Amino acid sequence: MVTQPKIKVEDLKLWYGDFRALHGVDLDINENEVTAFIGPSGCGKSTFIKTLNRMNDLIPYARVEGKVELDGQDIYSKKMDLNNLRKKVGMVFQQPNPFPKSIYDNIAYGPRTHGVKKKSELDEIVERSLRQAAIWDEVKDHLDRNALSISGGQQQRICIARALAVEPEVLLMDEPTSALDPISTAKIEELVSELKQEYTIVMVTHNMQQASRISDRTAFFLNGHIIETDQTRKIFTNPNQEETENYISGRFG
Amino acid sequence: MGSKILNGLVYLSTILTFGALGFLVLYILFNGVQYLTPSLFEWTYTTQNVSMMPALITTLYVVLGTLFIATPIGVFTGFYLVDYANRDNKIVKAISMATDTLAGIPSIIYGLFGMLFFVIFLGLQFSLLAGILTVTIMTLPVIIRATEEALIATGMPIRQASYALGAGKLRTLFKVVLPMAMPGILSGVILATGKVIGETAALMFTLGTATLLPQSLLASGRTLSLHMFILSGEGHNVNEAYATAVVLLLFVLVINGLSTFISKRLSKGGK
Amino acid sequence: MNDLKEKVAHGVFLLAAITSILSLVVIVIFIFTNGLPMMIDYGVFDFLLGTTWNRTTFGILPMIVGSIVVTIGAVLIGVPVGIFTAIFMAEFCPPSVYRFLKPAVNLMAGIPSILYGFFALRIIVPWVRDTFGGPGNSMLAAILLLGIMILPTIISLSESAIRSVPRSYYSGSIALGASKERSIFAVLVPAAKSGIFSSVVLGVGRAIGETMAVVMVAGNQPIMPRGLTQGVRTLTTNIVMEMAYASGQHRDALVATGVVLFVFVMLINGIFLYIKNKEAK
Repeated sequence: MVTQPKIKVEDLKLWYGDFRALHGVDLDINENEVTAFIGPSGCGKSTFIKTLNRMNDLIPYARVEGKVELDGQDIYSKKMDLNNLRKKVGMVFQQPNPFPKSIYDNIAYGPRTHGVKKKSELDEIVERSLRQAAIWDEVKDHLDRNALSISGGQQQRICIARALAVEPEVLLMDEPTSALDPISTAKIEELVSELKQEYTIVMVTHNMQQASRISDRTAFFLNGHIIETDQTRKIFTNPNQEETENYISGRFG
Repeated sequence: MGSKILNGLVYLSTILTFGALGFLVLYILFNGVQYLTPSLFEWTYTTQNVSMMPALITTLYVVLGTLFIATPIGVFTGFYLVDYANRDNKIVKAISMATDTLAGIPSIIYGLFGMLFFVIFLGLQFSLLAGILTVTIMTLPVIIRATEEALIATGMPIRQASYALGAGKLRTLFKVVLPMAMPGILSGVILATGKVIGETAALMFTLGTATLLPQSLLASGRTLSLHMFILSGEGHNVNEAYATAVVLLLFVLVINGLSTFISKRLSKGGK
Repeated sequence: MNDLKEKVAHGVFLLAAITSILSLVVIVIFIFTNGLPMMIDYGVFDFLLGTTWNRTTFGILPMIVGSIVVTIGAVLIGVPVGIFTAIFMAEFCPPSVYRFLKPAVNLMAGIPSILYGFFALRIIVPWVRDTFGGPGNSMLAAILLLGIMILPTIISLSESAIRSVPRSYYSGSIALGASKERSIFAVLVPAAKSGIFSSVVLGVGRAIGETMAVVMVAGNQPIMPRGLTQGVRTLTTNIVMEMAYASGQHRDALVATGVVLFVFVMLINGIFLYIKNKEAK
C-alpha cells in the first residue's frame, strides 16, 4: 500500500442549487483495480462518479468544492484541459448511447476527435477496441451497419469499445448493465474483469452481487457520505459499520 | 473545420439574422412615424389625403369574416381528428394530407383559384365575400393544426376521468377538454389573424383594390396590406407608404406579442 | 335524446373535417381545368420551353429558370445562416437571451411579405445599384430578400430538430473528450439531419411561392435571366404582373403558369411529407 493511488479524492462537496448532494467525500482509487460504488438510490454514488471526469460541468447549477487528483494533479484546477481529462478518464453510461452512425464511425469518433486521420491507423484502433470489448467477432462483418440497429447488450459493448478507443487510463462505468438482460450482463462483467489488467475501473452498481463478483474494493454510499470503503470481501462478509451491514443484508435500500 | 471557425460562423449568422430583423423593424419605425398625420385617418379616401382609414376598416371586415367562418370549421375539424375519428382511419390520413398540402400552397395560387372560382364561376365579382372565402381556405390549416395539437396535449386520463363519471363524449369535449385546450386554439386563431392582415397576393384578384369602404358583402375594397402595395408601387406616395408600413408593423407586433403571451401562459398552465 | 345529440355532433364535425379535402379538390380542379387546355392547345413544349413571352407568344422558360435560380440563390444564403442561427438557439444561447430570440423568430415569420418587399425596395435595391451597378431591381435583390424571408422557417424547424436529438449523444461525445463544438457539429447536427433537411425543403417551398415581395424588387422583365445585377421574372410574379388586365388566351396562359408553379410546389410538399412520414417511423 505504498504506491500512490490513481485517483485521490479529498473532502469533495457538491451542491445542486441549494441541495447538497455530496458531503465531504474522501476516497482513494487504486490503479488496475475495480472499485465499486454501492448504496441506495439517491445516495450520491452516480453524482460522485461524474465528478471524476467533470461530467457534472454539464449540469447547470451544480457546484463543486474539494479536491480530486488524478496522478497527483488536481482536475478541478483552472489549468486542467477538460478534453484531455475526459480522454484519460473515459465513461460508459447507464443507457447504451451509441451515436446514430455506423459501428465503425462510432469507434473512430474518439480517435478522430483527438487527431487521428490515417485510415490504416483508424482501422487498427477500431479492430483493437472492438476485440478488447469482446464484440469483434459479432460485428466484424458489418462495421458499416448503424450502431442503433444492434441489440442493447451489443450497443453497450460498442460504447465500451468506443470509450477504449481513445486509450483512457481510467474507465468510469455508471450502472452499465442496469438496462441489459442477464446474458448481456454476464458478458459485460466478464469483460470488466479482463479490462482491469490494463485499466483502472470505477463502477456504480445497483446490484450487490455484481459488486461482490467483480470488484476488488467497494465503497458504500449513504445520503451523500461514504460510510465505509474496504476490500470487497471484507465489506460483504464483515463490515465495520452498522449501516453497511444493514444495507448489504437487505434491511434498507 | 476548426472549433474557432465554426464558433465564429454560429455567432456571425446569429448576428446577421437578428440584425436584419432589427434593422427592418427600426428602419420602418424611424422613417414612418413622422408621416403618421391625422389626414391619413380621415373617414373617406381622396387622392389628396390618401387616407388609410377605409383600408383599416376593410381589413377588420376581412379578418372578422374569415375568423367567423374559418374558426368553427377549423376547430370542428380538430375535434373530429382527435376525438371522433380513429387515428389510423383513411379519412384522417386524407384530411391530414390535405391540410398539410393546403398549408404549402402559395398565396398567389389561392388568388388565382379565388378569382376563377368565387369571382368568375360563382359570379361574386371582386368583393368582400370572394376575398373572405379565399382567405378562409388559406387560414384553415393554421387553425386545424393548432386545435389538433392543443387537444392532443390535454391527454387521455382527463377524458377517461370524465367518462368514468358517466359524461358523454360531447359533454366531455365541451366541458372538460375544450377549456383546457382553449389557449392553444386561441393562439392558432391569433396566428391566423396575422396571416390575414399580412395577405396580399390572395386578395388582389378576389377582394380587388377599390379605395372606398365596401358597403356590402358584394362590394370590393382593399385591405391595409393591399393599400400599402399599391402605394409603394405608384411611387409618388412614398411617405404614406412608410406610414402605412408603421401601422401594419404595429399590428404584427401586437399580434405576435399576444400569441407569445398566450403560449407562455399555456406552458405555465401545463406544468 | 343524448344519443341523437352525439350523432348530430359527429356528423357536423365530420362535415367540417371534409371541408379541407373538398377545398383542395376544388382548387386542383379549377386551376388545372383552366390552365391545362391552354397548354395543350398552345403546345406543351412550346409553352414550357419557349423563351419569348409577350401578348401573343407564351413561352415561360425564362420564368421557370428565373424561379429556380432565385430559389437556389435564396437557399445558398438562407440555409447556412438559418442553420447556424438554429444551432446558436439550441446549443449556445443562455435561457435569458433565448426568451427574447424565440419570439423574435416568430415575429420574423409573422412579418407580412409586403413589409419585407418594401424594406428590400428601400434598402437592398439601392445598395445593389450603388455597389454592383445595373438597375438595382435585380435577381440579386430578389435573392437577398428571399434569403432573409426563408430564415424563420429554417431556424424554427432546424432548432426543434436539434433539440429533439437525445441528450445522451451529447454526453457520450463529451465523455470521449470531444469539445462542445465537435460534439455539436459531429454528433448532434448529423443526428438531426432529416429534420434540418425538411426545414430546407419548406424554405424552398416558401421561396418559390413568394410573390408580392419579389415583384417589388426583381425588375420583372420576361426574358431569360442574364446575370445577378439584371432583372428577372419568376413564375409567381408573371401571374401577378399581368393578371389585372389579361383576357382570353393571355389569361389562360397566366393560369397555366399557375399550373406549372402548382406542380413545383406539390413536388416540394411531397418531398417534405415523405421525409416527415419516414421520420415518424
